[in-house]
Amino acid sequence: MERLEVLKTYKIYIGGKFPRTESGRYYSPKNAKGEALGNICLSSRKDVRNAVVAARKAFGDWSERSAFNRSQILYRMAEMLEGRRAQFVDELVFQGAKKANAEKELNMAIDRLIYYAGWCDKYVQVLSSVNPVSSAHFNFSTYEATGVVGVIAGEKTSLLDLVSIVAPVIAGGNTCVVIANEHLPLCAVTFAEVLNSSDLPGGVVNILTGKLNELLAPLSTHMDVNAIAYAGSDADTKKTLQLNSVENLKRVRAYDMNWFDEKSQDLYMISDFQEVKTTWHPIENIGGASSSY
Amino acid sequence: MAKKQTPSKATAKTSQASKGWDYSPSLESTSHVDLKKQYNLYINGEWVKPSSNKYFKTINPATEEVLAEVAYANDKDVDRAVKAARKAYTEVWSKTSPSERAKYIYRIARLMQERAREFSVIESLDAGKTIRESRDVDVPLACNHFFYYAGWADKLEYAFPNRKIESLGVAGQIIPWNFPLLMAAWKIAPALATGNCVVLKPAETTPLTALKLAEIIHDSGLPPGVVNIVTGYGDTGAAIVNHPDVDKIAFTGSTGVGKIIQKAIAGTNKKATLELGGKSANIIMDDAPIDQAVEGIINGIFFNQGHVCCAGSRLFVQEGIADKVIEKLKHRMNSLIIGDPMDKNTDIGAINSKEQLDVINGYLKIGKAEGAEMYQSPCDLPRNGYYCRPTLFLNVAQSSRLVQEEIFGPVLAIQTFRTVDEVIQKANNTPFGLAAGVWTDKGSRIFNLTTKLRAGVVWANTYNKFDPASPFGGYKESGFGREGGLHGLEGYLKLS
Repeated sequence: MERLEVLKTYKIYIGGKFPRTESGRYYSPKNAKGEALGNICLSSRKDVRNAVVAARKAFGDWSERSAFNRSQILYRMAEMLEGRRAQFVDELVFQGAKKANAEKELNMAIDRLIYYAGWCDKYVQVLSSVNPVSSAHFNFSTYEATGVVGVIAGEKTSLLDLVSIVAPVIAGGNTCVVIANEHLPLCAVTFAEVLNSSDLPGGVVNILTGKLNELLAPLSTHMDVNAIAYAGSDADTKKTLQLNSVENLKRVRAYDMNWFDEKSQDLYMISDFQEVKTTWHPIENIGGASSSY
Repeated sequence: MAKKQTPSKATAKTSQASKGWDYSPSLESTSHVDLKKQYNLYINGEWVKPSSNKYFKTINPATEEVLAEVAYANDKDVDRAVKAARKAYTEVWSKTSPSERAKYIYRIARLMQERAREFSVIESLDAGKTIRESRDVDVPLACNHFFYYAGWADKLEYAFPNRKIESLGVAGQIIPWNFPLLMAAWKIAPALATGNCVVLKPAETTPLTALKLAEIIHDSGLPPGVVNIVTGYGDTGAAIVNHPDVDKIAFTGSTGVGKIIQKAIAGTNKKATLELGGKSANIIMDDAPIDQAVEGIINGIFFNQGHVCCAGSRLFVQEGIADKVIEKLKHRMNSLIIGDPMDKNTDIGAINSKEQLDVINGYLKIGKAEGAEMYQSPCDLPRNGYYCRPTLFLNVAQSSRLVQEEIFGPVLAIQTFRTVDEVIQKANNTPFGLAAGVWTDKGSRIFNLTTKLRAGVVWANTYNKFDPASPFGGYKESGFGREGGLHGLEGYLKLS
């Protein structure tokens, strides 16, 4: 007798756990052939709020971890993603990609994680400064994570858009709540399983599936979200995000770019989610000793 | 007009500390200051009448005397200014070599230095700030800002590794009344260094030094239209924000107006930097050098009458030393001299406007109504002009409006704490994140606090220090973008 395949239940990812949506609702996106991709969680406003709470809770620990440790964890994420090649390629193909393109997307996603893993303990060094002020003070500017970032994954790909934004956001010590691609949600959920086995603390990345038009407002008006990253190209969505962000002055970054292009990865993707902190301290100045010899 | 000003007898009889030691008035002369009766708009290198033909008065808040009449620009005037800026950008400024740009900016800096005294006198007359402060802080910092950014003009490619840089075009800049000339410098200098043209609007209560700066810019030979100065009220600012041919908005002011601007430019390609309000924590640990800390508290909240966005308006004192610090603080408050800003003895000058005085007095009422304990230094205030006694409130709750809202006046809310963790929580528990102060003798504790306080500027064992090389700006609802230093260039450049 032929063995019956065990099907996977696609769940959302909040605080390092895999609940189903609290709303109990689901939707069934279809691929081009008309096959249902699965019963995908139709996340609710409440799920967004729970995810933001989880992200905020994780922020202190994650942002204060050593940069080296963050780097190791991002590298570990790449290792785990590499180890699940077959599953991701299958899902990408099932969602409509050609095999070669699926391979390419997966390769780029893995390499992107490696790229940002390397930046974790370097961007502060490249961007920071000691400022030569005129008074007797030691003055320096360094970079700190902006906080909780709402990530709206793009409409083009199932995996690469999401990884291309989440990687620089968390490399810089932020935590995030991601709204997955509404029509191609499978890889986002499976990526959560990668995260879960990568030593990434729960809550650093939270992933929700569902309808963008339901989740956009609760995420972008949430007063405990500090920034929004939008990987799409829709001008109206961008404007809505900007308007929704006014009340607590979220930093809104929109990226209408081709993530298959190597140029779409760089240092400034990290600094887009950083705040500059300048610290002053007096320098004692008594006596006439000089440092010249 | 200023010439006719008689030395004011306003300087208050002070304070117990100076009883028997009255200071003789030491008034800065206003005789060499040349103020016209009426000022027009500076557009395209010319002084032009406002199309509405309307003018408004700017007064000396220390005496309520009128200093001059200033043109009220409407949207037609703003349009004229933006067109002039665009034309100058396209035809001249974008074709001027970076090293030549630098020389213009250096020249402006030098001309300002030459006329520094005049600037400080006018600033004190128009804004109510003490002559000591405008002479020693505002004006030198403004000159230095031009000097600093001048040198960047031909070195921009060193600032952003691996990126191509381009200027934006026309920058619309709206500045507040607390540091009128200095804010104009913070805005204009980096904009010019990065190759942009400017339409700047000074605040309605303090337009004079910006207009004086226009005279200097004119004298410098800067091509017409590169810098345009339009005066007016909020609607003039709105016309700049909403003008379709403006590429960048730089705003310093209240968080409320900052949000209106954000709303207005949503969906456009306008780049923005917002430097907004604050409610900054000044934290005194029990091992701090107390006398220095008390000076730091005084400087933190009473500098410039408390009209400072980064003012240390929330004081946190560790419980064990609270009584001692508060006693010393009251004693020091009592010795502050409040009065005529033109008197070199004066520590605290006039509140910038009647409107602002009303706002501050409103908060004093709120504080009392909420049950907080108010203390004010027992000094006499001048009969004319707008003044407020240095004020502190004890026993304020974290939820008090005195703790949560920006007052923008000489009003300090005092809370106590026991542990480092507690004070970090309390200090960060605000929508703002502009600045913070930390006072302790222990180096490792300084860095524990400075790294955990969510604020753009942190002063350790000092407060309210500024420098052109030092980036300034906030976290959270205190705005975004930085002004000053290398980081201040980014807001005026397109990176690709």
